[in-house]
Amino acid sequence: MSDISLGKISRDGLWNNNPALVQLLGLCPLLAVTASIVNALGLGLATLLVLVGSNTAVSLIRNLVPTEVRLPAFVMIIASFVTCAELLMKAYTFELYQILGIFIPLIVTNCAILGRADAFAAKNPVLPAATDGLMMGLGFMAVLVLLGAMRELFGQGTLFAGMELLLGPMAADWQLTVFPDYSFLFLVLPPGAFFCMGLIIATKKAIDERLDQRRKAAAAETPKVSRRVRVTGTIS
Amino acid sequence: MSLMHASSPHAHGPTATSRVMAWVLAATLPGIAVLCWHYGWGVLFNLAFACMAGVTLEALLLTLRDRPVSFFLKDNSALVTCVLLAVSLPPLAPWWLVLTGVIAAIVVAKQLYGGLGQNPFNPAMVAYALLLISFPVEMSRWSAPDGFVLGFSDSLAQFFGLISTPDALTGATPLDTFRNKGELSTAEFWANPTLLPAANLLAWQQIAIAWGLGGLVLLAKRLITWHIPVAVLGSLAVMSGIFYVIDGSQHASPVFHLLCGAAIFGAFFIATDPVTAATSNKGKLYYGVGIGVLIYLIRTFGAYPDAIAFAVLLMNFSVPFIDYYTQPRSYGHKKARRGIKLEDKA
Repeated sequence: MSDISLGKISRDGLWNNNPALVQLLGLCPLLAVTASIVNALGLGLATLLVLVGSNTAVSLIRNLVPTEVRLPAFVMIIASFVTCAELLMKAYTFELYQILGIFIPLIVTNCAILGRADAFAAKNPVLPAATDGLMMGLGFMAVLVLLGAMRELFGQGTLFAGMELLLGPMAADWQLTVFPDYSFLFLVLPPGAFFCMGLIIATKKAIDERLDQRRKAAAAETPKVSRRVRVTGTIS
Repeated sequence: MSLMHASSPHAHGPTATSRVMAWVLAATLPGIAVLCWHYGWGVLFNLAFACMAGVTLEALLLTLRDRPVSFFLKDNSALVTCVLLAVSLPPLAPWWLVLTGVIAAIVVAKQLYGGLGQNPFNPAMVAYALLLISFPVEMSRWSAPDGFVLGFSDSLAQFFGLISTPDALTGATPLDTFRNKGELSTAEFWANPTLLPAANLLAWQQIAIAWGLGGLVLLAKRLITWHIPVAVLGSLAVMSGIFYVIDGSQHASPVFHLLCGAAIFGAFFIATDPVTAATSNKGKLYYGVGIGVLIYLIRTFGAYPDAIAFAVLLMNFSVPFIDYYTQPRSYGHKKARRGIKLEDKA
């Protein structure tokens, strides 16, 4: 397990084994807070921070914790990191913290984080574990932001509204109004999140299938080199 | 006289889907006629636009899904879905509202689930619920039937958003009015004819009776069985009767509940969709009773004045469960045991 390459860890986290699209973990915050890009990015960053921190810490103590009590120990570690993230958001992005509300503390219960701690970090050294946390977190955040963008664009007709809540005054005029005077409440409400999520998963499957077919076609096109068995010469 | 010699087994010729759907379309005609009489051209624009968009989208999606287009288009099921959706929409609905509804019904609720026979939820009601949640203002644009009805060209301009809808034209449905009666008791509500004009009430009752006539045609042609309509209307009547007897000063009578909303239309045309309803006769009764009870509960205690769409969708969820527990015993076999089988462990 420990000889797994960092490239493969990255590909797994971002695409092949994406926590949101393939493992379908952490759907509760994913569906609940992705009504706009800023909400999605805020929660995505918090989750990313917790995931990297918890994976690193779990990997560091993996040989010290008895198997029987590993889950409570992991949850304690995750909860400490979530508290850190919560306090940081309270200190620097208080309005966003108030909008996200209960979903920041609820990162503790995000199965993607405990899942990675138990399935990967508890069995691997620090560097692969931290990389796995980073890539899984980025994969999760990418889906959150994509979902937030879809729902904000087709639900309210804007993009990047309210980014100053997260990035400070420099982002105050980032808001793009794509469709003025437009509102499609269904996508702003939670059912719209399920709907967009389904479309994203279907798109990922379609892309995978297309890539698979192309790979098979390429494999079929390469001429088979006839292999002759070498019968002369000496065998060293 | 030559007799046809056919040996057994004599198979019964099943009615083709396209014929069933054509009869359903025919049975909607009385209801549509009365709707048009009271609400003018808007109903017809909704119908025509929904059918055109629905058939086009169905053909497009069938092409994308590599299915035989003309074979599936000929079964008329897309038309039925669009007609049922269009008659549920308010007559002053703009074109984009109809189009959004048709996309939700045909593309999402029907074709993305796998086409006719594969959809777990009634497509027309999925679309109606989506529109009601997303566009509450446009979805409540019922005109007052006793008042002034827009002419053909004005209706057309209104449909395509070229002129704005005059507020004086719109009026609340009877169920909505009764819901918002506030502190008034039922007697005071009925004593004040300005709240609910008699013509408005009469129009809704006539529409309901026209849908009922269409429903009787479906029953007479044996396209639906009596179980679902009777269960829906019966349980709605019993529920409203219980509350009316307990506290008649606050709750409307069973007659009001049956005739002043979409209850009859829903019971005969929506709940009886063979794909999304329960299968066995016993299951149909449970399914219908569930719909009737939910309609009453949502109308009385929920956030919406009428509740056919939500009640039908909620019971669509329960259909696999109902079917599992109401599977009839096949001849020569014991009844299937359902639920937790305790003795298996021993």
